[in-house]
Amino acid sequence: MNDLTQLTLTQTIDGLKNREFSAKDLNSAYLKRIDKINPKLNSYLYTNKESNQIPAAIKDLISVKNLPMTCGSKILEGYVPPYSATVINKLTGQNVSIIGKTNLDEFAMGSSGENSAYEKVKNPWDITKVPGGSSSGSAVAVAADLCVFALGTDTGGSIRQPSALCGVVGLKPSYGRVSRFGAASIASSLDQIGPITKTVEDARLVLSWIEGEDKKDNNVPSNNQSFFVNKQETRNNQRKDLKGVRIGIPLEYFAQGLDSGVEKTINDAINKLIDLGAEPVSVSLPHTQYAVAVYYLIMASEVSSNLARFDGIRYGKSRENFGAEAKRRIMLGTFALSTGYFEDYFIKAAKVRTLIKNDFDDVFKKCDVIVGPVSPTVAWALGEKVNDPLSLYLMDAYTIPASLAGLPGLSVPCGFVNNLPVGLQILGKHMDEETILEVGEIYQNSTDWHKRKPNL
Amino acid sequence: MSNKKTKINISHIAKLANFPLTAKEESTYQDQLVKILDYVEKIESVETKNVEPTFNIKANNNITRDDIVNNGLTQEEALQNTSNKKNGYLVTKGVFNNE
Repeated sequence: MNDLTQLTLTQTIDGLKNREFSAKDLNSAYLKRIDKINPKLNSYLYTNKESNQIPAAIKDLISVKNLPMTCGSKILEGYVPPYSATVINKLTGQNVSIIGKTNLDEFAMGSSGENSAYEKVKNPWDITKVPGGSSSGSAVAVAADLCVFALGTDTGGSIRQPSALCGVVGLKPSYGRVSRFGAASIASSLDQIGPITKTVEDARLVLSWIEGEDKKDNNVPSNNQSFFVNKQETRNNQRKDLKGVRIGIPLEYFAQGLDSGVEKTINDAINKLIDLGAEPVSVSLPHTQYAVAVYYLIMASEVSSNLARFDGIRYGKSRENFGAEAKRRIMLGTFALSTGYFEDYFIKAAKVRTLIKNDFDDVFKKCDVIVGPVSPTVAWALGEKVNDPLSLYLMDAYTIPASLAGLPGLSVPCGFVNNLPVGLQILGKHMDEETILEVGEIYQNSTDWHKRKPNL
Repeated sequence: MSNKKTKINISHIAKLANFPLTAKEESTYQDQLVKILDYVEKIESVETKNVEPTFNIKANNNITRDDIVNNGLTQEEALQNTSNKKNGYLVTKGVFNNE
């Protein structure tokens, strides 16, 4: 039998069902591999030797009852949540157990993993490179076969971008698809929890497990409509090709700053989609150029309010234990919300956000999905951008607009530049995960990029 | 939105944000925030005269639930993460005798 840790989630479930191996075999194979590989990569902050079902890795921003949680910050060192997030309770109901909590940029603020207050996460394809962030450890755990699948959170790209840089599948669901109860609140109008997996098929399955109504997150629809109709078991009318699917290609996502190798790889992937029957449509999202500015004002403002609760009284340590990036964004947000500046910064940004959202509404009249790069470059060297926060913010230019508009986005492995993975981003209409998953899955079934493994 | 350098009073912002900063930190953050603000001010040029702001794309308001008593955390659980408790209560800063 192949190494159990190389199996996808659906293969793992089949193997367990057919009694080819036991859950105990599975967990000991993963724990053994974690012992061997994790010291090189620092993917996990905590591993759970008690894991005894399908082992999942959880970003250490999501509460799991009685497992320590740090949010990647010194301020929460020693904190143990007395309850579990809704997504964790949903996973536990599907025979999943938590094999560990994964490393991240402190309070999910960063796109390189380097803002973790703990050991820095390394990219499994080249340990001198960043893994992306902020769900760094979750993407690395999937890429390095240290878990069957993982959960991350995405506020401005934190699932899609590390998934792209590590060569795995990452899905940011629509805003309001998955309950955030039990995940630390970062920017409440943007945050979503989503799966990081070895295949698109697995991402669909995990989404079907974690999505849906929760009275503890009022942004998730509370009517009983089950909007995710095509659950794994009932997918009878699955497409075999992309005939009739209109793929929008926004000219702003192929702009200055896009690495030429990444551009070529993305164009090859788009040509593959066209070969599979998709119809390309050139589109324009004219307010894209303002998205990073809007995002950092809104995100920082919401962060400054949400992280005010860390006062060291009920839990955690005192506020000087926040790291530099957390302090920077809290102060940026505090400024944007302060008397005399609120209208010019926060309200103005919220208005431009409306225009960014309107751009997408217009474009989705002409196409079914939007495709482009996730990140303008492949993984960069550790340390390269740590002293220039703005240059790092600009790396989020392709993931941020969909976050501001609350749209679902998928990153699918689509090639390599200099032996480092590239991710194809597929964006969909609000609450239309099904179409982006279908496009991603048909693409993946006709390519082999996701089958390549890093040499560890 | 001009002359940001003079307008950001970093020590005032740090106080609002409840951060004690050293003089060196103040100067580093001042420089970095000025640079970030110079960048984000590009939104100033966007025409937004008749545009409504978006604070939450779902715009759900006034969602209520039935008034049913559920079990919350036990007192022990609620206190398990604080280092400063007394007689089963959290110890907080004084309201009147502290700044």
